[in-house]
Amino acid sequence: MSRAGSGKQTPVVHSSVAHDSAIGHVTGEAVYVDDILEPAGLLHVYFGASSCARGKVRRMDLSRIEAFPGVVAVITSKDVPGKNDISPMHTLDEEILCSGEIHFHGQPLFAVAAESREIARRAVKLAEIDFEEMPSILGIDEAMEQQSWVAEPHEMKRGDPHEAIANSAHHLSGELRTGSQDHFYLEGQAAMAIPQEKGDMLIYSSTQHPSELQHLVAQALDKADNAVTVEVRRMGGAFGGKETQAAQWAMIAALLARQTGRPTKIRLDRDDDMISTGKRHDFRIRYELGFDDEGMIEGLDLELAALCGMSADLSAPICDRAMFHSDNAYYLPHARIRSYRCRTNTVSNTAFRGFGGPQGMMAIERIIDAIAAHLDLDPFAVRMANLYGGEGRDITPYHMKVEDNVLHDLMPELAESCDYHQRRKAVFAFNAGSPVIKRGIALTPVKFGISFTTTFLNQAGALVHVYKDGSIHLNHGGTEMGQGLFIKVAQVVADAFQVKLDQIRITATNTGKVPNTSATAASAGSDMNSMAALDAVNKIKKRLTAFAAGEYGVPEDAIHFIDGTVHIAELSKTFAELVMEAYLARVSLSATGFYRTPKIWYDRETARGRPFLYFAYGAAISEVEIDTLTGENRIRRVDILHDAGRSLNPAIDLGQIEGGFVQGAGWLTMEELWRDDSGALQTHAPSTYKIPVSADVPAAFNVRIWEPGENHEPTIHRSKAVGEPPLMLAISVHSAINQAIASLAPGRSLPKLDSPATPERILMCIQSL
Amino acid sequence: MSEGIRFLLSEQIIELLSFDPQLTVLEWLRTEARRRGTKEGCAEGDCGACTVVVGELHDGSVRYRAFNACILLLATLDGRQLITVEDLARRGLHPVQQALVDQHGSQCGFCTPGFVMSLFAMYHDKDRGERPGRAEIDEGLAGNLCRCTGYAPIVEAAREVLVQPAADHFTNRRDLIIRALEDIQPVTAAHVQFEGRHFFSPRSYSELSRLLVEYPAAVMVAGATDVGLWITKQQKRMEVLIYTCNVMELQEVTLDPEQDRLEIGAAVSYTDAMDALSGYFPDFRPLLSRLGAVQVRNAGTIGGNIANGSPIGDMPPPLIALRARLLVRSAAGRRELGLENFFIAYGKQDLRPGEFIEKVLLPLPGERQLFRVYKLSKRFDQDISSVCAAFALVLDGGEVASIRICYGGMAGVPARARGAENALLGQSWSRENIERAKSAMADDFEPLTDWRASSEYRMLAAQNLLQRFFLETTGSETVQLAAKAQAR
Repeated sequence: MSRAGSGKQTPVVHSSVAHDSAIGHVTGEAVYVDDILEPAGLLHVYFGASSCARGKVRRMDLSRIEAFPGVVAVITSKDVPGKNDISPMHTLDEEILCSGEIHFHGQPLFAVAAESREIARRAVKLAEIDFEEMPSILGIDEAMEQQSWVAEPHEMKRGDPHEAIANSAHHLSGELRTGSQDHFYLEGQAAMAIPQEKGDMLIYSSTQHPSELQHLVAQALDKADNAVTVEVRRMGGAFGGKETQAAQWAMIAALLARQTGRPTKIRLDRDDDMISTGKRHDFRIRYELGFDDEGMIEGLDLELAALCGMSADLSAPICDRAMFHSDNAYYLPHARIRSYRCRTNTVSNTAFRGFGGPQGMMAIERIIDAIAAHLDLDPFAVRMANLYGGEGRDITPYHMKVEDNVLHDLMPELAESCDYHQRRKAVFAFNAGSPVIKRGIALTPVKFGISFTTTFLNQAGALVHVYKDGSIHLNHGGTEMGQGLFIKVAQVVADAFQVKLDQIRITATNTGKVPNTSATAASAGSDMNSMAALDAVNKIKKRLTAFAAGEYGVPEDAIHFIDGTVHIAELSKTFAELVMEAYLARVSLSATGFYRTPKIWYDRETARGRPFLYFAYGAAISEVEIDTLTGENRIRRVDILHDAGRSLNPAIDLGQIEGGFVQGAGWLTMEELWRDDSGALQTHAPSTYKIPVSADVPAAFNVRIWEPGENHEPTIHRSKAVGEPPLMLAISVHSAINQAIASLAPGRSLPKLDSPATPERILMCIQSL
Repeated sequence: MSEGIRFLLSEQIIELLSFDPQLTVLEWLRTEARRRGTKEGCAEGDCGACTVVVGELHDGSVRYRAFNACILLLATLDGRQLITVEDLARRGLHPVQQALVDQHGSQCGFCTPGFVMSLFAMYHDKDRGERPGRAEIDEGLAGNLCRCTGYAPIVEAAREVLVQPAADHFTNRRDLIIRALEDIQPVTAAHVQFEGRHFFSPRSYSELSRLLVEYPAAVMVAGATDVGLWITKQQKRMEVLIYTCNVMELQEVTLDPEQDRLEIGAAVSYTDAMDALSGYFPDFRPLLSRLGAVQVRNAGTIGGNIANGSPIGDMPPPLIALRARLLVRSAAGRRELGLENFFIAYGKQDLRPGEFIEKVLLPLPGERQLFRVYKLSKRFDQDISSVCAAFALVLDGGEVASIRICYGGMAGVPARARGAENALLGQSWSRENIERAKSAMADDFEPLTDWRASSEYRMLAAQNLLQRFFLETTGSETVQLAAKAQAR
């Protein structure tokens, strides 16, 4: 892959360098929170939770726990000296430990510190708690009926959809439900709290958001933010599940560390992790639309109802992002999009890769498939016809102009290179001769907006030190959860200093080094932190250049950093030599860097703005088959073409695309969260909650980064964010399954297949034809 | 009886005299041995992050198999070799580690040590000359979950490295390791005692029977794929554990030519049973390859899958359809019973105090017997059945001379569909009669609704599986998805 046009030789940016921890991963030497050698005197923390969906604690007797040998301390909400609150957006609607009304099955009520984890876990089972159960709301339908919200409904509108629909030649309406999804990061939630002098606290946590966790811990301890330091070297996966959900456990550990004066550690068992932490929002989608004979959408009225759980958490921005993506790649001349944020007595749903975007896209992709079925057109043709582009067809329902659409090139390229049209005919021919097994094929695009839609979050900081020997210490506010952020930023820094990658030490994210950071989220980690790090590097380079210019009497523009050497007019020195000279001349070799994403804004009042700096694009073709006797399904082949701009690291980006797609396919086919009538989650471990395994990934899994990709905005080396967008490429799988079912009843309307398309849903959908 | 256990940690002899009999290998590694490369992902044997490899003497050599350390009892390592991710990199990375690095096979890295160890077990599994197929790789990795990569680079790494015959530190030192293992082989029953609680590992029927008399409340444990969860999930305390897998007779698979039947010892692992069973009944291989995953099949036993009485175990339906019988033993003697009679009701089996399952007796198939077993689950691999269906049919001139249909997941116990059987017996094997049998089946069962499937789905799918069996026995059309559906 070509490099940015600096004319330098070190091919470090845009090259497929291995993950910085690859060797640590394969040898087991990479350290996660639970692997850190514990300080002497460490106590192990566990928690006890509610066993009803809504109610009041009539009596809570913890005396048997207190008396249990090895138990050192027990705390309840009364033992929180500061604010008993974990809400990330200051909605004050979710407590660390429940003090009054219980709002979901699995809500933490008390916590225990003991000499071993085994003792702590056995002890919490000894609690005697009587609940007075109260009527609960467990589903979207009930919440909608009762207008039970965690945040006010929001509406986006453009044009006059009702008139447009009324005047259309064709009308359709329908409903679709998408299921929740557990993050299933392999490393569960974990934190260690180590008391410091003056009541300060050092926290090691597996979190995507150290700054917020720092603030919440401080708030709970009734301290200022500067009393708490949070460090995270790496997470064993996160996917949004450690953006807000990591805080509570660190806070519980910190409260018990404060109470006992001893270091504490908490690590959730998988079942408790799944029961007591939030997940992807379930959605109920209803639509009404009008379109013309060619399948061009003329008017759309869309209702998105999300199951948010018992508190707001991040549900408002998540539901906003669902709205921002319910156009996906298609121009909607007249549209109204209404979003309802349902409060239910279930665990509070939270960020998950895509952040509402996947649900919004499912809505519009279903609509496109329904139009195609209604008019008996190839859905691909309907998709192409409705894409953004052409005279006056470039404004989104939130009034942002789409300036960078590449799908007019990318989609046909994928379709042609992967024989979409011939294969679609082959699928029809196969189905004609196969009464039991049916196939389906679908091509769906992704257009995903990059930037936090809450504008102020789009800022990042970095800290770079150059030591006397020329070695470099790199730090920034982004966290590493496996996505390769650290290596990408290091590549950018190595390129800027023109040194070898191994001269750079990538260091753990730490609130003491870079303050006030945003969560590593919204796919924006490398965009923002690379820019911040580059800013810091440029400051140091500028000082070195000024020093060298003065010292050797040459103009600054005669000084060049190339491939480990600093050329000072005719003279050349190693980077380390110049650094040492600069040190001796008392030049500062440390700098902070900062970045704020330009151009973006959004006004919620008018539902207008430019919430995104740019869009990331991609498309996928999936071919599936289903067994019409059992509903079993398999993905036969997948072809993906994805726009990563000018990829900073193609190997890392390819990994994000492949991994994102498979995670999306899991969400849409097999991952099912099932609660019983009491609101208790019954699929809370990998024995009952099934994420894809290697056999679920087809042998024909062809993933390419789109060669001409280049960000039209001046992002870091013209790359594009790649963390979330590929997940939504998996919508092609769901669409293809629906096509396979539809083949059983040709000429009829599109079958109503909800998600996940488990064998049961597929068979029942077939039965309903 | 000897006190304590001895095992090799890689090559170092570890001797432990007294420790909690419930201590798992994972807990011991991470706390006592301070080896933290092995991770806990689920503590129930379903994610593979804790995969370790256990070596044991076999046919004069040492055989390496993957296990889930989270539910592997430390005491059961007696006389064996434990290898963890820390043991692999010597002078440089092990070939399986290097392959993962080269293919960008790790992202967050938390599952990676488990994949390394599964690949290491595959690397030592057989002498290789050619690249493994995708299905073989998938089967070897089905017990390892990765949430980041989408598996493609890991599969590539496997394809790259599983080519040559194994050549690493462990093959170089094989003779030394064999000698070291021979030196620590237990000759008598092992005993571990800790704060009044016991672990016994008898080596013969008589020792086992005696212990059951002495400790009637003891918990018998084989692969601990169930009991392990009582420890990790329920924090259950067991006073006495009796480990059955060192009882040599329970480990045997033999053919009784007089009775024309296969006799499978109760402590035979699924892995070891797979070859024996699928030699006579080819349908057992695809079924067993979906029962748990490699790590679970290496630990779990045929007897355990029956003795725990689960209504959703995958072995009972096919075994009942095939008229399997159980041989049950105690200090007082033996008795034999039909396997279907062993399951009395949910949670209730015909096993009296002091008794243990000795063998499963399986009649060899008659020439004309048509046998199929189908498993339905949300995920194809390593999932528990929503419905498991087994059919054994003998046709005589187009008429049903005998048919046995047994289902798992349809009732509180594995159960035959007698109404459906009766509707077919003596009738012609025809589409109309299959429809009649499907209707009759509606009265055979009242299946539960739970997280695996609804009652409606279970009934409909159970009926349709009978239809699939009919179609497969009568026509040539494709009626099943390929096991690993790949467009090749």
